Amino acid sequence: MTEQAQPRKTVCGLGHSVKRKEDDRFLRGQGNYVDDVDLPRMLHMAILRSPMAHARIKSIDAEAAKAVPGVVAVVTGADLAAHNLAWMPTLSGDTQAVFATDKVRFQGQEVAAVVAEDPYVAYDALDLIDVDYDMLEAVVDPFKAMAAGAPLIRDEKEGQKDNSVYHWEAGDKDATERAFAAADKVVKLKTHYPRCHPSPLETCGCVADVNAGTGKVKIYMTSQAPHAHRTLFALVAGLPEQNIQIISPDIGGGFGNKVPIYPGYVAATAASLLIGRPVKWIESRSENLISTGFARDYHMEGELALKNDGQMLGLRVRLVSDQGAFFADAQPSKFRAGLFHIVTGSYDLPAAHVVADGVYTNKAPGGVAYRCSFRVTEASYLIERLVQNAAYELDMDPAELRLRNFIRPEQFPYKSATGFVYDSGDYHTALKLALEKVGYEDLKREKEAGRAAGKLIGVGIASFTEVVGAGPAKDYDIVGLKMFDSAELRVHPTGKAILKIGVQTQGQGHETTFAQIVAGELGIPPEDVLVQHGDTDNTPYGLGTYASRSTPTAGAATAVISRKLREKARKIAAHVLEADAADLEWDVDRFQVKGVPGKACTIQEIAFAAYTNPPPGEEAGLEGVHYYDPPNMTYPFGSYVVVVEVDEGTGAWKVRRMVAVDDCGVRINPMIVEGQIHGGLTEGYGIAAMQLITFDDDGNCIGSTFMDYLLPTAWETPKFETFATVTPSPHHPIGAKGVGESATVGSPAAYVNAVVDALAHLGVRNVEMPVTSAKVWEAIRQARAT
Amino acid sequence: MQVTIKVNGREESAEVEPRRLLVHFLREDLRLTGTHVGCDTSGCGACTVLVDGTPVKSCTMLAVMADGREVTTVEGLVKNGQLHPIQQGFKEEHGLQCGFCTPGMMLVAKALLEAEADPSEEQIRWAISGNVCRCTGYQNIVKSVQWAAKKLAENA
Repeated sequence: MTEQAQPRKTVCGLGHSVKRKEDDRFLRGQGNYVDDVDLPRMLHMAILRSPMAHARIKSIDAEAAKAVPGVVAVVTGADLAAHNLAWMPTLSGDTQAVFATDKVRFQGQEVAAVVAEDPYVAYDALDLIDVDYDMLEAVVDPFKAMAAGAPLIRDEKEGQKDNSVYHWEAGDKDATERAFAAADKVVKLKTHYPRCHPSPLETCGCVADVNAGTGKVKIYMTSQAPHAHRTLFALVAGLPEQNIQIISPDIGGGFGNKVPIYPGYVAATAASLLIGRPVKWIESRSENLISTGFARDYHMEGELALKNDGQMLGLRVRLVSDQGAFFADAQPSKFRAGLFHIVTGSYDLPAAHVVADGVYTNKAPGGVAYRCSFRVTEASYLIERLVQNAAYELDMDPAELRLRNFIRPEQFPYKSATGFVYDSGDYHTALKLALEKVGYEDLKREKEAGRAAGKLIGVGIASFTEVVGAGPAKDYDIVGLKMFDSAELRVHPTGKAILKIGVQTQGQGHETTFAQIVAGELGIPPEDVLVQHGDTDNTPYGLGTYASRSTPTAGAATAVISRKLREKARKIAAHVLEADAADLEWDVDRFQVKGVPGKACTIQEIAFAAYTNPPPGEEAGLEGVHYYDPPNMTYPFGSYVVVVEVDEGTGAWKVRRMVAVDDCGVRINPMIVEGQIHGGLTEGYGIAAMQLITFDDDGNCIGSTFMDYLLPTAWETPKFETFATVTPSPHHPIGAKGVGESATVGSPAAYVNAVVDALAHLGVRNVEMPVTSAKVWEAIRQARAT
Repeated sequence: MQVTIKVNGREESAEVEPRRLLVHFLREDLRLTGTHVGCDTSGCGACTVLVDGTPVKSCTMLAVMADGREVTTVEGLVKNGQLHPIQQGFKEEHGLQCGFCTPGMMLVAKALLEAEADPSEEQIRWAISGNVCRCTGYQNIVKSVQWAAKKLAENA
């Protein structure tokens, strides 16, 4: 026991910008990404993909490919069908072809694979596979896909008579109609949130190692959700789950792209099973762009009903979601359009109604939540664009209109018209801080003066509210798996600990922040807490990292298990100190006898006693596991203000200022939070300005390399000015909310609003993303012509 | 074909196919896996190494083209077990998240700082503009390079 030592005033728990524990291995080039895994006798797999968007497969001749020296096997859909593996379930309850057997349904679809001793040989042999296709009419436009007489894409699905994926509604239709009937003004916006691709810098891949001797199926996989993937593998392949081990080692970014299960994973595993050797599959960038989970592609029509004084009365949205050939959104099964119905945003909107239709087209499947909590991004974009246009129609300041309609702090918990219960918020303070930091009033004057002088300056605001942290088991599951998450904490005799979590990091810094949660609750410094994740054999079950859910779920589980161990530690300390447990109080890293200064027992001393001197009748050791079912989602929010200058002659636009105020509740590691926000603001800029996956009329993907699919570099990326307000989540154990995606969700509308604002006096009310110079130039030209 | 390439100060000789890319020679033949492949078309810079001190995208250079030359990869930055100031800078200023782009970024920074000891922010942004980072938004990478420049100046 410690008689003299003064309590450490901090162990770098919450609120400390601790340098990241994971950095050193990456800085030294010693990360261990999937492509770095090299196993004895490992083979390499390359996938043959369809050059056509819609075609019937008449025959596949692989004899010449098989004859290439070094080729071990060619796998086709027929081979997989023989093992009942030609089709697999998606995360949205649809089916997806692993390798096409009947017809191909999008350009880039998987048709066959070559497994060879060397990757160069595998790619050589791909060219020798002869596939005879019978070309069919490609359906690229979702509205044409919905029209009568459109070619049926999913003709293999029993009962599927058209290209409809789902019809889904949220909110109250009648109440919304009444609200519109009472409106003075209805503001409409029809817009397309274009298809884009998350493009983590590391593409997808795996190394499958099936050991016939032990029955073990070990798969190193670029997975954001290894436990869920293991269960799906067990269900799809009929393999015993205890024999499947999914290891998601270091992951080079995910952003939602690594949530789905891809045909390559299944094919490589099947090949390893059939051949009896490890098989590596690493996709090329083009394969990643044309076949893996895309995002967005929402065609939206929004209508906002208002009074002349600016009071918002109701919101109506009709949307068509282009799902591609298979419905493979990774999202909670209860909500067919994800959490799009958060579309009322930060506003006290008494009535809302959303009608959504998902449609099959001859495009790649996906619909992943790209740095987004299940379609929250599309929703936030629509409402923030609508509100700005409403301000123009009412001749009000867009900031004033927002302040007039924000949910007020005293209204929380606030039940939205579509059924969400917002946990906490203070939207007025966040927006006012952003306006102050950007110098809003001065900017308005400068904008007016600029217009008079022929200079186009625009100020765009977005005051977003997200819903993240899926989620409460009563409402949230993916293919039936409830979306709780977990943490297991083991404190060793010397007071050092290992924390195992059900979520999985792809750069978010879990190895540091989760250690800080333990530090904050149990007093063990972060450097003494080893955080493990991403290995299904060695971590408790969890649904993975995406949709900003790690801190709201597994972070909460970490806090709760730490507290449980602290309660056990109290009993041990009481035994060691020969005091009554009720007389002890916790102080940073030790239990202190109340009123007896210096009579204390540190967590390290308690840990040692847990193994050397446990209290009589008490179980030895200091460890436990907790599965956390969140009582509610968390609702991070913020206000972003973007200032742009537009060149009227060329349509080029440049971001002059980007002020971001984020409120994600309590910040565990402010440095890491700010890093997440920088990244999100950059991806938001990329989406607003350049990132576009599109198709020609035949379904050829345009944007299949980084020469066509543009990503922001350091040169274009704006500089960011970031600020914080802190409104804790009342139900999260440490008051934290998710933050990894806030900036991608909130910022696109701010950038676009700024460009539109620069042209608003000309009558421009919309420029579609990506906002290219050409589109801006055309918008100005058309406005000037009318 | 026989090639001899000095990699991180050590001569490596090997028999390679003429078509073998430098990045595959480094990653697979030498097992120096700190150099990454992100795009195959020189668009992302994850594969950047220094060839005779100049940043090169090793996914678009043949191993045979490096014959007789000096290649530096991320594994060559550490000296006597100590992180190079550029590596320290990335840690201090939170210039990395997933770590996939980091080796390429640091090698470009090394070449920049050898040519220009006190670069402006604009010079840094231009120098790293051939390297894509999807996580950080570049702002902290710029600060990391500035941190390294300051540290190197102090050490000089």
